[in-house]
Amino acid sequence: MKEFIDQLVLKWGYDPAQWPLTEALYIAGMLVIGIGLTTFGAVFAGLVSWWERRVAGRMQSRVGPNRVGPGGLLQFAADALKLILKEDLIPDEADRLLFRLAPYFVITGFILTFVVLPFGYHLSATHMNIGLFYVVAITSLVVVGILISGWASNSKWSLFGGIRAAAQVVSYEIPAGLALMVPVVAAGSLSLHEIIRAQGGWPWDWFMFQTPMGYIAFFSLFVSLLAEGNRTPFDLPEAESELVAGYNTEYSGMRFGYFFLAEWGNLWVMSAILTTLFLGGWQVPGVSMAQLTAWEASGQVPFYFYLLSALVFCAKVIVLVNVVIWIRWTFPRIRVDQMMSLCWKYLVPLGIVLVLATAGVELLSFEYFGEQAKVQAPLSSTRGMLHFGFFAVAGLLPLVIFIVKTFQNIRIAGERVDLTNW
Amino acid sequence: MALDQLILTKFGPEADQEMILNMGPQHPSTHGVINFIVQADGEVMTKAVPAVGYLHRALEKIGEIVTYPGYMPYTDRIDYLAAMFANEGYALAVEKLLGLNVPPRAQYLRAISCELNRIASHLVSAGTMAMDIGAVTPFPYALREREWINDLLEALCGARLTYNYHRIGGVAFDMPDDWMPLCHKWLDHFDKILDEWDRLISTNEIFVQRLAGMGVIPLPMAIDYGLVGPNLRASGFDYDLRRAHPYGAYPDFTFEVPIGKAYAGRAGVVGDCYDRFYCRVLEMRESVKIVRQALEKFPGGEFMAAKVPRKIRPPEGEAQSRIEAARGEMAYYIVSDGGERAYRVRARTGSFLAMGIIEELSKGLMIADLVALIASLDVVAPEIDR
Repeated sequence: MKEFIDQLVLKWGYDPAQWPLTEALYIAGMLVIGIGLTTFGAVFAGLVSWWERRVAGRMQSRVGPNRVGPGGLLQFAADALKLILKEDLIPDEADRLLFRLAPYFVITGFILTFVVLPFGYHLSATHMNIGLFYVVAITSLVVVGILISGWASNSKWSLFGGIRAAAQVVSYEIPAGLALMVPVVAAGSLSLHEIIRAQGGWPWDWFMFQTPMGYIAFFSLFVSLLAEGNRTPFDLPEAESELVAGYNTEYSGMRFGYFFLAEWGNLWVMSAILTTLFLGGWQVPGVSMAQLTAWEASGQVPFYFYLLSALVFCAKVIVLVNVVIWIRWTFPRIRVDQMMSLCWKYLVPLGIVLVLATAGVELLSFEYFGEQAKVQAPLSSTRGMLHFGFFAVAGLLPLVIFIVKTFQNIRIAGERVDLTNW
Repeated sequence: MALDQLILTKFGPEADQEMILNMGPQHPSTHGVINFIVQADGEVMTKAVPAVGYLHRALEKIGEIVTYPGYMPYTDRIDYLAAMFANEGYALAVEKLLGLNVPPRAQYLRAISCELNRIASHLVSAGTMAMDIGAVTPFPYALREREWINDLLEALCGARLTYNYHRIGGVAFDMPDDWMPLCHKWLDHFDKILDEWDRLISTNEIFVQRLAGMGVIPLPMAIDYGLVGPNLRASGFDYDLRRAHPYGAYPDFTFEVPIGKAYAGRAGVVGDCYDRFYCRVLEMRESVKIVRQALEKFPGGEFMAAKVPRKIRPPEGEAQSRIEAARGEMAYYIVSDGGERAYRVRARTGSFLAMGIIEELSKGLMIADLVALIASLDVVAPEIDR
């Protein structure tokens, strides 16, 4: 953005360093980006709320919202309008200041992640060299908000929800952090764009399929992020059947809406982190890093590459979002003690082993493959063949089994599966 | 007992150190208006005391005010998820007082309607149980099948929830001509659904882990507390009134009585929550068998006894009837003083008995487990309070 404004000012015939209005333009640019990203977060959260309800409807052999707009697409706008118009109730005995404050923590922790999250090649608000660290740090704000809301509501159910959320999110940040270290060690950088550049466009170049450690770390991180995002089977803080509504029991109106905005928006954050770290981010299949660096050296990255990379990135994110939605409407909820033992007994030791193994393997492959270990491996090379073999076993095989099983189930269920009734 | 008195008597001074939590009567998973006063240390409960009575409608007293046939619609309200059974139990007791013989066709219609109703009731029970554990999807699947049963019963008796179908001396309506193929079609369809149900939730690892070895009721304890029906059978006791003391058309049918066998596998214990859940699923399969046999052997003849007097005035005396309802043994005790109205009507229901055990079982369980425990005992609020 800064370069863009500088060039613009130069074009108008002023020197950006001297012209007094440059600073104002910078601020305006930042505002535009900020408002744009916030709007994107809000609209995505709204759309995914509609999409989730439609998917849930299909999965539960009912219809779901389909009245407002085409296919019910504008349902989220109607919901938002309703929530805004509703009375903002604060319970008599509540801690008024903290009660009002809590949703802002949640929403801030969610929106600020967009500062570093990439949307495509060169498409992100900043190129922070500690981007991943920043994401982990800023998402911790959410749990502060949830804890405050649980405390300030002065309701026992809310308190249960808040305490559960604190225990859960703080615990699961440790396996998440350890699993994050696997791609970081492999890429040798904390910058999200650098991590993506260390991968490739084809699935066997992704960190998920480069090593078994990456493969396991993907699932470990996936589970941890589910837990951090309070999604089923880890939706203990707002367990409807146990805690009424958990930490947001006493909330109403738009403050309640904020909690849900952040929850649905977190789907994007979560999937974008996974895509970036393990699924090759915005890397377009067919465009190798050598090609890209050649374009960059000549200063002529074609426009369609920006577009394609954004498309690829969003497609991967949306697939992951769908998987999360399927999980939510498939699984029961686990119990508090099971949640804790899963984290501390299994995921944390696993994460430590994964980080150590990745470091060891990186060291070995660096010795064996030399400098090549840091760049994309062509399919014909030994490394490329190894990656492809692992991808075939770990990636294609489960996918094929999944598809075969699905068709089996459809065949058993027989005439009741009507895929056209949408 | 008033609520504050109950808290004073049930919770000692140590309650000051722990949290007293009022669960219900508007809590989403107490299955109607039941109130639990939970004493908890964090997530772990020290005690959960049920405070019942929010749905008390004095149904037994009403039985002394209205005439014998006039009480039949009220029995529907005793258990709105399985109204047929309350109908049948009451009809049986009055028939005993009158010394009436019910024609076989009516007995078969009663058996068919009751077994269909049992499936519907167990579907709701299993579905809400999955929902209380946090899996929302199985519940609409169960309700979809229940809708179909409701359609069938509506075709049979014109009502979908409070059937008022059984009459003293028979049933209200004969089976419609085209009803049998409809029922067969549904039974064939339902076999596949039960397999799907097992794939969908019964074998789900999280679900099994949540319920295995949890809320175990050993057999002596189950008998001490007087548990009945699936709750008792899940503890490993083979006792089903349909076979132990057959009534109506039941001697004609062959069926298994599923009992608890630690179905949850390695972590399972006989009499745990999963056994109670799975016994109900198995019972649905048996009910399907019974309905099939009943349709096969369906006899001709009248659907109402010929000699039912217009004004029912049973001779002085008393009678008791016991039937195997969806929630276990349901008993009616009627005292007649020779008049048009009963001197005393007493109903004994399974849910009320199941509520008694919760206080002892809840010790050391987590709040999330209490929800599962209530669901596994399959208590229904109107049946507790009547």
